[in-house]
Amino acid sequence: MELVNVEKLIEKYENAETTLQEEQLLKEYFQQADVPYHLLEYKAMFNYFDESSAERFTKTIPLKTNRPVWRWLSVAAVALIMISVYTFNSSEPSEQEKAEMAYQETQKALNLISQNLNRGSNVAIAGLQEFEKTQSKVFKND
Amino acid sequence: MKQTDFLNTVLPLKDKVYRLAKRLLVSSDEAEDATQELYLKLWKSKDKLHQYKNVEAFAMTMTKNYCLDQLKAKRSGNLKLVHSNYTDNNISLQKDVELKDSVSRVHELIEQLPEKQKLVIQLRDIENYEFEEIGKILDLEPTAVRVTLSRARKTIREQLIKQHNYGIS
Repeated sequence: MELVNVEKLIEKYENAETTLQEEQLLKEYFQQADVPYHLLEYKAMFNYFDESSAERFTKTIPLKTNRPVWRWLSVAAVALIMISVYTFNSSEPSEQEKAEMAYQETQKALNLISQNLNRGSNVAIAGLQEFEKTQSKVFKND
Repeated sequence: MKQTDFLNTVLPLKDKVYRLAKRLLVSSDEAEDATQELYLKLWKSKDKLHQYKNVEAFAMTMTKNYCLDQLKAKRSGNLKLVHSNYTDNNISLQKDVELKDSVSRVHELIEQLPEKQKLVIQLRDIENYEFEEIGKILDLEPTAVRVTLSRARKTIREQLIKQHNYGIS
């Protein structure tokens, strides 16, 4: 590009009247090595712009597609745990009660048996006394 | 907007979003965090994105607003990152050093500009947007964009000349 044209474009550029195409021309012009002394500042500027536009974002961008699914899964899991704990806890006291009732029932039954047994042994002892009385009578009579 | 649409239209903007964030936030760490945060937001609102005619302008506006909010939240000391990895073997060493120096000076000079001018320089001279697009992104009239841009360009050049002359004398 002719130096005269460059200077014209530079003037338009300073007034922000250049099109993108014209700015591209300037960019290309200032990429060459030899630039007149009075335009060195523009070389620095255009080189900086060029350099800056080459910068890239190198980190990864976390886009969590399955995030809501996981959230619902965790809610479901917590609910499941709560339900299982609740049912486990509530069934345990009823079993204990059942065992206690059975224990009391057996105790009653055993009491009944022992009472009857006691009564039976009393009768047996009384019978034995009667037997001894009669026996002594018989032996005395001898 | 479906997942594939998002990947095709919004994801390629990540470099532009990052560069704009870095222009405003200065530190590249913060710019990275901001980019990730912004993409999370965009991803969450992907069902609404089809309502916007220009998704790119919307994403850039969102970036601008987010970064300005961040700056407001804490106007504290940021890490400064200066680039000087310019390569050109055709110039003599003395000139080369000088040019390298003035390229990184441009970075510092842009950093000192008001936020609006920073944004316009970034969007026009680095991202090459049309004036109308910049107007949409920044919610400005295209003529106002031109005025701001002209002011910013002139300031950078004047400052460079000033420093250059100081260096010589």
